[in-house]
Amino acid sequence: MAKTFQKPQALSSTPTHYCPGCTHGVIHRLVAETIDELAIRGRTVGIAPVGCAVLAYNYIDCDFQEAAHGRAPAMATGIKRVRPDLIVFTYQGDGDLASIGMGEIVHAANRGEKFTTIFVNNAIYGMTGGQMAPTTMPGQRTTTSPFGRKTAEVGMPIRVAELLGSLVTPAFITRQTVIRPKYIQKTKKAIRQAFTYQMENRCFSFVEVVSTCPTNWGMTPQEAIQWTEDVLLPYYPLGDVKTPPEEEPAHAK
Amino acid sequence: MQNEVMFAGFGGQGILLSGKILAHAAMEEGFEVAWIPSYGPEMRGGTAYCLVVVSDRPIGSPIIKNPKHLVAMNRPSLEKFAQAIKPGGVVLINSSLITVDTGRQDLDELRVPAGEIATEAGNGKAANIVALAAFVARSKMVSLDALRHSIEVEFAKRPNLIPLNIKALEAGIKAAE
Amino acid sequence: MSKVLMKGNEAIAEAAIRAGCLNYFAYPITPQSEVAEYLAWRMQEVNGVFLQGESEVAVSYMIFGAAGAGVRVFTTSSSPGISLMSEAISYLCGAQLPAVFVNIMRGGPGLGGILPSQGDYLQATKGIGHGDCRLFVMAPEGVQEAAEMVMRAFPLAEKYRNPVMILGDGLIGQMMEPVEFPDHLKSVPSNKNTWATNGMDHRKSKTRNLVRSLFLDSQILNNNNLILRDKYERMKKEDVCFEAYNTEGDYRILIVAYGTMSRVCKTAIATLKEQGIDVGLIRPQTLFPYPEAAVREAARKESCRHVLCIEMSMGQMVEDVERSVLGARPVKWYGKCGGDVPTPEEIIELVKSTLALHKSY
Repeated sequence: MAKTFQKPQALSSTPTHYCPGCTHGVIHRLVAETIDELAIRGRTVGIAPVGCAVLAYNYIDCDFQEAAHGRAPAMATGIKRVRPDLIVFTYQGDGDLASIGMGEIVHAANRGEKFTTIFVNNAIYGMTGGQMAPTTMPGQRTTTSPFGRKTAEVGMPIRVAELLGSLVTPAFITRQTVIRPKYIQKTKKAIRQAFTYQMENRCFSFVEVVSTCPTNWGMTPQEAIQWTEDVLLPYYPLGDVKTPPEEEPAHAK
Repeated sequence: MQNEVMFAGFGGQGILLSGKILAHAAMEEGFEVAWIPSYGPEMRGGTAYCLVVVSDRPIGSPIIKNPKHLVAMNRPSLEKFAQAIKPGGVVLINSSLITVDTGRQDLDELRVPAGEIATEAGNGKAANIVALAAFVARSKMVSLDALRHSIEVEFAKRPNLIPLNIKALEAGIKAAE
Repeated sequence: MSKVLMKGNEAIAEAAIRAGCLNYFAYPITPQSEVAEYLAWRMQEVNGVFLQGESEVAVSYMIFGAAGAGVRVFTTSSSPGISLMSEAISYLCGAQLPAVFVNIMRGGPGLGGILPSQGDYLQATKGIGHGDCRLFVMAPEGVQEAAEMVMRAFPLAEKYRNPVMILGDGLIGQMMEPVEFPDHLKSVPSNKNTWATNGMDHRKSKTRNLVRSLFLDSQILNNNNLILRDKYERMKKEDVCFEAYNTEGDYRILIVAYGTMSRVCKTAIATLKEQGIDVGLIRPQTLFPYPEAAVREAARKESCRHVLCIEMSMGQMVEDVERSVLGARPVKWYGKCGGDVPTPEEIIELVKSTLALHKSY
C-alpha cells in the first residue's frame, strides 16, 4: 500500500515543547515539507529566533544558526551575501521581529536580501510569559498590559506585512494563517512560493502567519481559534500584500 | 637625523596632498617617513594641517611639539605654528595670502607668492605644489628629482595634470633661489 | 612587493584582502571610515563582498552569520560602534566562531571625541560582552605592524575559533607610513566543515551543523564554558607577544606602554639615553593574552626601582601591570586622554621626577 502521508525528511522525530493548541508545530511542518519538495535540505540554513521557536533547530533538520533577539535578518544577510548558493530562512515571532528586531527586518527587506522570513504573529510574547507585543490588540490583556493594551499610551498594533509592503524595493510579502485546514493549504502554497522566489534569486520573501497562543491568551485552543477569527483576522487581513513584478526588476540584473 | 615639516592652510588648499607627495619622495629615497594629518571637523573646510616626519631611523613619537620647518599657506596657520618652529628651521610663507611675517630672527623665512606663481604657471590651484617645491629647494629635505618623480606618481591616474604640476614645481624651485 | 605609502586604515583594509578575507560588513564612524571607503571599491576588484549595514548592531550579526557559514569575515569600527557590537562578540565567543574586529579607538566615554585614545583597553581585554567571554586582542604601534597583525588575526581566530580584535587608536588609523605586505595567506578556514553551516551537501557526513550559544542545560553550559576557558588558557601559553626595548642595560625605570603611546616612550627613552639615563620598555603586542611574565621579570630586574605605565587613558592597562608586577616594585600610572597624547618631553620629566624619589638608593 502506498504511503500517502508521512513525516517530511526535514522534520525531526523530536517531540516539540509547544503548548496544546499552539500553531508552531503546523508551521514547522509546512516549512519542512517545502524543503523536502524543493529538494534543498542539503543547502538550506535556518535561523532560529529568540522566543518560543528558539529551539526550532531541534525540529527542523537542516543546518541552523541560533540568533540573538531580533538579529536573524542581519545574520541571514551575512550568510546569503557570502554564500548566495545557500537557501536561507529566518523563523521569527512578533516580539523578536516586530519589536527588538524591527530595524534589521526593515533594512534587510529594503535591500532586497534574497532570503525568506517566516513571521509567526500571535500578538503576544510567548516564551517570556505573555507580555505585550507590538502586535498585541487594543484592549488585549497581557502580563505587562494587565488592564488591556492602551493605544493612547503605546499606539496601535503594527501591521508588519503592510509596513514592509510599503517599501519600494520589489518583494513577496503575504499574510496567511493556519488556524483551520482551509487556511493551512494556502499557507503552504505561500511558503513554497516564498522559497521558490529565493531559489530564483528574485526578491526578499516574507510570509506572516497569524497564529494562536492559547496559554498566554488564557483560552482553550478552540476559543483561541475563534478569537483569532473574530479579532485578529479583521485587523490582520489575509492575502498577498505585495508580489514581485513578473519580469526581473532592472536593478537586479 | 630627523626632520619634520608642518604643512598648514585652509581646507581645499591641497595641504594634505603636499605632505603626502613629500613623504612619498622621502620614502623613495630610503628614509623612514610618517605623515600625520589633522582629522575630523577640520576636514570640512576649516584649517587643515599635516606633519611629515622624515628620518634615517625608525620614527618614534608621531606627536611633535616643535617641528623643524613650516609651510604656511594662510595667515591663521602662520600665527598658530610660527612660534613652535625650532630655531634655524625653514618657514615658507605663502605671501599671496599672508602679509605678516613670523616676527622671529632665528628662522630661515622664505616668502613666496605661491598663488600668483601658480596662476602664471597655468592654474592657481597648483599653489601648494609651488610652495612645496620652493620649500624643498630651500630645506633640501629630499632631492628635487625625487620630488619630481613623486609628483608624477601622485598624478599618474590623471596624467593631464602632470605638465601643470611639473611647471608649478619648476617655478617654485626658481622662486626659492 | 615594494613599500607603499598608506594610511593605517587603508593598510588594514588591504591586509585583510591579502589574508584571504574577501568579506567585509561595516558601518561608518570616524576615525576609521577610510577602511570602508577603500573596501567599497577594492572588494569589487577582487570579487569580494562589501556591504554597508544599517547599524553596528546589524553589522555585527552579519559578521556572525557569515562567520557561521565558514568564511573569513571582518569589520572595523571605533569605540561607540564597538560597544554596539559587543553583544554579538559575546555570541561569537559562545558559538565559537572566528571573526576579526578592528577598533580604531577614539576618546570617550559616550560620544566622547574623535581624536586618538586608548580608553577601550578594559572593554577589549576584560569586558567585551556578557558572560565568560574573552577576545584575543592585539595592539599595533604603527601602520606596518597594523597590516601584519590583521594578517595574523585570521589564522589566530580560526586556530581558537574565537573573535580576534586589533586595538588601534585614531593616529594609527589616520597616519600614513610605508608598508610592505607579507605574502598572501591561505584563504580558507581548514576545519570549517566540522562546525560551519555551509550546507549539509558540502559534508561527507551529511549530518547538519548547528551554530549556537544557547545551552539550557546547566552542565552542558558549564562544559561549554570550560572549553572556552581552556582556549583562553591556551592563548596565554602559546600566543603571547611583546617587544622588549632597551632592556639589556641596568635601567632603574621600566616603562610599560602599547600602541602609539609606546612610540612616544621610545623617543623619550632615546633622548634619556643620550643624557646617560637608562630606561627599559616592555611593549605588549597582545593585550589579551597579556605578557605578564615579561612585565614581571623586567620589573624584578635588580637595577629596576620603579615601573611606569603610560597610557592614553585614565589608567586602564595599569591594572594588568600591577597584577603582573605583584607588588615587587612600585607601579605609577601616567596618562592623558581625549586626544591629548603625552609628549616625549612630559615622559622625560616623569622619568626624572620618579628617579628623584629613589635618590637614597
